[in-house]
Amino acid sequence: MAPIVKLTDLFMKTLKKITLIAGLIAASQIQAAGRDYISVVGSSTVYPFSTVVAERFGKSTSFKTPKIESTGTGGGMKLFCKANGIDTPDITNASRRIKESELKMCHDNGVDGVVEVLIGFDGIVVANEISSHEFNLTTKDLFLALAKEVPTEKDGELVANPYTMWNEVNAELPAVKIEVLGPPPTSGTRDAFVELAMEGGCKNFPWIKDTKSTDKSKYKTICHSIREDGAYVEAGENDNLIIQKLQKNPDALGIFGFSFLDQNADLVKGSVINGAAPEFETIASGDYPVSRPLYFYVKKSHVSEIPGMQEFLAEFTSEKAMGDEGYLTDKGLIPLGEDKYMKVKTDVLELNNLEL
Amino acid sequence: MNNTDLVRKSLKKRYLKERIFKTVGLLSIVSAILFLLILLTDIFTKAMPAFSQTNISLEVTLDPDVIGVGENPSEQDLMAADFRRVIRNSLADQFPGVTKRKEKRELYSLTSMGAEFQLRDMVIADPALLGQTIQVEFMADDDVDAVIKGAIDRNLPESDRRVKDQKLGWIETLEESGQISEQFNWWFFTSGDSREPEMAGIKGAIKGSLFTLLVTLALSFPVAVAAAIYLEEFAPKNRFIDFIEININNLAAVPSIVFGLLGLAVFINFFSLPRSAPLVGGIVLSLMTLPTIIIASRSAIKAVPPSLREAALGLGASKMQTVFHHVLPAALPGILTGTIIGMAQALGETAPLLMIGMVAFIVDIPQGITDPSTVLPIQVYLWADSPERGFLAKTSAAIMVLLFFLIAMNAIAIYLRKKFEKKW
Repeated sequence: MAPIVKLTDLFMKTLKKITLIAGLIAASQIQAAGRDYISVVGSSTVYPFSTVVAERFGKSTSFKTPKIESTGTGGGMKLFCKANGIDTPDITNASRRIKESELKMCHDNGVDGVVEVLIGFDGIVVANEISSHEFNLTTKDLFLALAKEVPTEKDGELVANPYTMWNEVNAELPAVKIEVLGPPPTSGTRDAFVELAMEGGCKNFPWIKDTKSTDKSKYKTICHSIREDGAYVEAGENDNLIIQKLQKNPDALGIFGFSFLDQNADLVKGSVINGAAPEFETIASGDYPVSRPLYFYVKKSHVSEIPGMQEFLAEFTSEKAMGDEGYLTDKGLIPLGEDKYMKVKTDVLELNNLEL
Repeated sequence: MNNTDLVRKSLKKRYLKERIFKTVGLLSIVSAILFLLILLTDIFTKAMPAFSQTNISLEVTLDPDVIGVGENPSEQDLMAADFRRVIRNSLADQFPGVTKRKEKRELYSLTSMGAEFQLRDMVIADPALLGQTIQVEFMADDDVDAVIKGAIDRNLPESDRRVKDQKLGWIETLEESGQISEQFNWWFFTSGDSREPEMAGIKGAIKGSLFTLLVTLALSFPVAVAAAIYLEEFAPKNRFIDFIEININNLAAVPSIVFGLLGLAVFINFFSLPRSAPLVGGIVLSLMTLPTIIIASRSAIKAVPPSLREAALGLGASKMQTVFHHVLPAALPGILTGTIIGMAQALGETAPLLMIGMVAFIVDIPQGITDPSTVLPIQVYLWADSPERGFLAKTSAAIMVLLFFLIAMNAIAIYLRKKFEKKW
């Protein structure tokens, strides 16, 4: 029995120690009620940019590094608008503009002062393996190739998408099977792609465009439904995975954010859409059709309550971060251009309230 | 035909069946091992680059005027000082003739963004360095690192290469003059997360996991053992207790994300505990591990032979004394094994932590259970999702660290079992 007795002894001692340590840690921590770091939530698309600023801010000042959670735009808005208290997030990132309903929710919950900051643009690219075919697409081609139902020659008639080859959609495209790897419906990238590329192509059919005013939900179903017969493959939220799959399958196309194309320009190439290649200049000028604005929203009352907020906002909107040659552009953010930038900067400095 | 003949006739068929079954069994083991090997080699080969780090050795002149500090600067002054210029000057001296803005940017991006902080910390540690000219090994940018390690192919045509000819030329010049070196990447184990692959470290996640497990252990172990003892030794046999037993078994099968939702609703929204803190993470994970430990503890207690209890009772020990002096010590090896396996499970868990805000970018290393922090498996997830190519290696390296901890914990469990196991 000797080893067993020894073991019980040891065990009791360890247990006492653990409880003691846990108790001590808890006691020393609980008192730290006030928060001394900035808390950011929101879009996973803005996350890579927000984190870069946060890290530089933390390293170059004596403030703590802000904590940045990746919750998705909608999830971030919910957390942000829940209440105005100090235990709620100070900033939420968004890969689209705040909705009226969301702003109303904010106001209803006592979050009165909300400052909007437009930080730049993000492009969504349709890319394939670098040595593979050149694709010169239009949004119409994308709609016809990927929609669940496509219009026939007769107005008002829809059939289940019959296309299997790109050259059936548009004779000028290569004779390659339609196989597109893209994000699942939970992703913001998918939302933006559907809204900008699919709907953009859908509008080319006059009768569908007309349904928008007569039957909005029908219009949405036609334009926003992606086919489910295997031509569109949901490849998960991980854009790196899509790029790896494209290399193994040179005939497939992939849909992901511009920053991933920028980082992997030696592995994949972006397709031209509506005559514009996905490049910095074309996205910034708006010629490239599939791009979206990125924002973050700030709780005004927290600016004076949380240490470092003012400085963090200044760092984010500084020329060296957001400017034309700022470090965020190195990470793939498309800058705003001079005029918009100056307006954003003054809005932030004066903490102008957002009105929709 | 008599029975012997019948048996003899069917013998061949029965042997064949046995052989087939054996082969199938062997094949499944071999394929399982094969898959494991493929997985591990993949992780190991991908992780290797993350354990070494490319440095660029530069001669920098720490001129107080350039840095922008006066005589005897305070730490505050040094924090705000401009060390970047010193490094940039050094690079510009080495490669004169770079004048265009865009080219300059390229040149300055040879060293990591962290280089200036590296230099700053050196000077803060030893202010006497000010005014001297010293040789410093600066961390190289991830692109340079990728070229040196061959992750970026130098022979590709320029248009297909991330690092353009001019920059490649600079890198090759530095290589020829012996200014580029590689060393073991200590940084990876001593720093927190970063958005620059070369600066990203795992220490924050390790400490986060440690704090989380500490809370989990402190909460779930006493509760689970007490519950197991009560259910096995003291509880009356009735329907209510049966109901509880069934539900403990059910709880063990509840998807872990459900516990995360519970944690969000109860601990964060109702008790307003801090988001992203190991405290809440630990509480949620302890809910998840409780059934595992209870079930393991109960079977360990059940395995203690009744003769031991009867002997103790017969010698006049109370029920309580019997349990705590005789049954519990004999059951402890089994209980500890169950606990460690439960902890290992908790270490690898991500889903419940998603809901309570532990999927976050956290640079500062957590100092306690209420500081925001992340855990190892979430760090793996975050890095796997980053656009920079350098994070590919970091992801695999983080998986290796996680596997190391899992294997270590399981090894302890096996050791304890072997050492204290009793055969009755």
